Amino acid sequence: MDIGFATQQIIYGLTVGCLYGLLAIGYTMVYGVLRLINFAHGDLLMVSAYVAFFGIVIFSFPWPLAFAGAALITGFIGILIDRGAYKPIRKSPRISALITAIGVSFLLENLALVIIGGRPKPFPIPMLFEGSLSVGQVKLPILSIWVLAVTTVLLMIVLAIINKTRIGMAMRALSRDMETVSLMGIDVNRVISFTFALGSMLAAFGGVMWCMKYPAIEPFMGVIPGLKAFVAAVLGGIGNVTGAAIGGLILGLAEVLIVAVQPDWSGYRDAIAFCIMIFILLTRPTGIMGQKLPD
Amino acid sequence: MVKENPTRDKLLTYMAVAALLIFLWYAESHFSQYSLRIINNIGIFIVLAVSYNLINGIAGQFSLGTNAFLAVGAYTSAIFTLSPEEKIRSFIIEPMIWPLSEISLSFPLSLLLAGVVTALIALLVALPVFRVRGDYLAIVTLGFGEVVQVVANNVVSVTNGPLGIKGLAPHTNIWWSWGICIFTVYCVVRLINSSYGRAMKAVREDETAAEAMGINAFRIKTLAFTCSAFFQGVAGGLLAHLITTISPSLFTFMLTFNLLIIIVIGGLGSTTGAVLSAILITWGSEALRIVEEPFTFFGYDYSGIPGMRMVLFSIILILVMLFARRGIMGRNEFKWSVLLNRFGRQSKSEARTS
Amino acid sequence: MVRIVSFSLTLLALMFSLASASDPINVGALLPMTGSVAAFGQMGWDGFQTARKIQPQALGRPVELKLSDTKSDKVDSANAMSRLIEREKVVAVLGEMISGDTIAASDYSERAKIPMISPTATNPIVTQGKKFVFRVCFIDPEQGRVGARLAIDNLKAKTAAIIYDISQDYCVGLKTFFQREFTQSGGKIVSETMFKTGDRDFTPQLSRIKSLNPDVIYAPIYYTECALIAKQAREMGLTAPILAGDGVQAPELMQLGGKDVEGLYFTAHFHEDMVETPIAKKFLELFRKETGKELDSYSAQAADAYFLLIDAINRAGSADPQKIRDAIVETKDFNGVTGKITMKPDGNAIKAMVVNKVKDGKFAYVTTIMP
Repeated sequence: MDIGFATQQIIYGLTVGCLYGLLAIGYTMVYGVLRLINFAHGDLLMVSAYVAFFGIVIFSFPWPLAFAGAALITGFIGILIDRGAYKPIRKSPRISALITAIGVSFLLENLALVIIGGRPKPFPIPMLFEGSLSVGQVKLPILSIWVLAVTTVLLMIVLAIINKTRIGMAMRALSRDMETVSLMGIDVNRVISFTFALGSMLAAFGGVMWCMKYPAIEPFMGVIPGLKAFVAAVLGGIGNVTGAAIGGLILGLAEVLIVAVQPDWSGYRDAIAFCIMIFILLTRPTGIMGQKLPD
Repeated sequence: MVKENPTRDKLLTYMAVAALLIFLWYAESHFSQYSLRIINNIGIFIVLAVSYNLINGIAGQFSLGTNAFLAVGAYTSAIFTLSPEEKIRSFIIEPMIWPLSEISLSFPLSLLLAGVVTALIALLVALPVFRVRGDYLAIVTLGFGEVVQVVANNVVSVTNGPLGIKGLAPHTNIWWSWGICIFTVYCVVRLINSSYGRAMKAVREDETAAEAMGINAFRIKTLAFTCSAFFQGVAGGLLAHLITTISPSLFTFMLTFNLLIIIVIGGLGSTTGAVLSAILITWGSEALRIVEEPFTFFGYDYSGIPGMRMVLFSIILILVMLFARRGIMGRNEFKWSVLLNRFGRQSKSEARTS
Repeated sequence: MVRIVSFSLTLLALMFSLASASDPINVGALLPMTGSVAAFGQMGWDGFQTARKIQPQALGRPVELKLSDTKSDKVDSANAMSRLIEREKVVAVLGEMISGDTIAASDYSERAKIPMISPTATNPIVTQGKKFVFRVCFIDPEQGRVGARLAIDNLKAKTAAIIYDISQDYCVGLKTFFQREFTQSGGKIVSETMFKTGDRDFTPQLSRIKSLNPDVIYAPIYYTECALIAKQAREMGLTAPILAGDGVQAPELMQLGGKDVEGLYFTAHFHEDMVETPIAKKFLELFRKETGKELDSYSAQAADAYFLLIDAINRAGSADPQKIRDAIVETKDFNGVTGKITMKPDGNAIKAMVVNKVKDGKFAYVTTIMP
């Protein structure tokens, strides 16, 4: 394997990894605050993809408007889901919220299936994101640069919000001890809604990037990325935003490099990826960046 | 006020089982094949729910790998009951590897083998996975489930890959599924009420405290995991011989989600709840087919929307969870004394003061 | 008085015969309307419904389609089948789209002696040892072999790379028989890479293929993945021609793949230009009008399953399942949407195979091969 081939594969791996990471950040933020595995997170990717698609194709909005609309609407739906399905059972066992999360996920998928239909739709890719640069033998798709840049910027913004703002402080406090925080006069529900909105908007950005990379929109398109993002979030130490991004990158790189290095094993790719994850968790039982959580 | 009375309760339980058997005997000759199929499904899902509840509800270990155990059980029993001629006929990609291609066992033996093999694999898996806890355990077991599915797709000379195994004899009837169902419930209830069961609950409530009391938490968790896997393996064998064909796509994590929904709706940690919920959801998802059929509703002709069943199912699922937060039974178990009090001559106010 | 009595008797008899004449024939439609392959189910349902609009009657009685959802799942397929037979009293069942689920459902219909015609279950083991299970599509070994002949004879390929979905029996079946025929004819498979349903990134697999520079890429997969593979391959500069199976014949291939699927060859059941009979032409027209889409292979075969069944019921002269089954077996040179179909006693169909190509954003006819 020569250097050019290796660089090329690493670029591909980083692109996939960034997409996983973007989703995983949203996953992990909600988890950090609520200790809830939000299985509906992956389906928000599907929602944002459809919103952007209809914005561009049906209403013929320019793409920046359609993308912004997708992010806003998805963020709003995130808040709605929280208010409707999670808030009423905040004091109940965690597992109840997990089941409503699965319920919400089923609902979104099947609603899309009944209303829009199961046949995949082509996503119109704006010109700005098409094409690729050639550096020697290595091809650098423009979209990969975008994905990398968007993920980095969004990660920075999220880190800034969490570490520098008042609401970020409230989020951090919530993840430690919800009861005490509510006694301190902080509107817990507002903070949680904000977290959901932010997490959902990240999923929306992930969704738009995802369907520009793989331009086929269908009701179940969020299931596999959602699962992968969940894995990435756990790998990085669930609840930790930087960890989620790193987890996504590791997973993406692993998936690409396994096949590139040993194509005969491509049928076992997911199994190998999961084994790597299990191995990392066994050596570091709380993920790469995770701290031990209070039970 | 009716109090608990072991002799009377035992007698009532025997009578209830006898009534169930009479019902099954009546059903077998009078019900349609469709109803019998649902009754069979219910029996198998009770086995699955009760055994899954053992690890998730009683021992409190959040395992998401039950689809893997079902797959192992189903494949083990299917491989051992399939006739050699059928093996030659349907393994068209690669022939089956030697000793397996010739072996053909009886159905009960294959079920036992399915349980034992699954339990052994669970034992092997338990060694590494119980080093992590909580949600990390969930993801590791989920990963294990995916790994088994990938392996089943790839090891073509044993599993026939994605083509799956077909042509199994329809051995599973209501006597098999409900016989094993009653046996499973009996075993699991006995286990829960034994000192091991109490140790499992102690681990669930507080692992550190349990260890301080001298309980070997790892051993207890492994015990729950292995027992649960044994019954799931057997149920896998039953399921395979009910639908007479299996393939890796049957054992995705959606199956685990379904079982998780069943035990949480029933009340996590309650065996009674698991049984009730398995009946309710298996029967209910068939009954919901009505919404996809054309019918007239207050003069409005509703032509039936394909796919509405799953939409409604998810809405009901969310609503049930919102209004019955701890599921149908919470952590309570069925007791004859409670039932007798409710329907007995005692007045309600008296029952409430007890 | 006699007149009045005889008149009223005739009227009564007429009414009675009318009542029995309008007694509907129930036909089950067993389709994956939800779950992972819901798109195929919805395509099949479009095909059934459009076909029913053209031939709404058999034996002078209206045909009623009873839809039952299989959730793309085996347990549900078996449940749905027994529900159709016991509750809806269907005389025949059309479906399922996926081989595995067809096998799961057929166990029960076989025992109940209800004939079943699958539009698209191509796996050879579907009809093995079954008397009441039929299909209107050709089977994977035939298609894989024709694919290999096409690669060798028409595309003059000496080396081939295969990329396929390891978790779909259709893909594994085609790949196996392509590989056998191709290597027996002196060709060489340089690489065999896999992915799993739901994967969207194929760049490492394609990079590997690119480094080996094969004459042709055989991709026996469904249209969504195929369009994405073509896109990713062309983007990285992999220009070898792609060869696929009938699973790609849907307008979505061009919508998703755009200019990157140009020049893609595939073995198929039909081409629109080959549609000859009036009924098939009418179907084509009505399908475009009703759905606003170009005809895809899944809907076309669903329509053929329906038309063939109606034809068999009419020839049987009765709605008795056993007689329908006997009539289906005797189907000879039946003119459907996808060409002439002759049923073999083993339940498989004999039909010509068409080779199509994507040209200028449309499917273009290349040649016909009799397997």
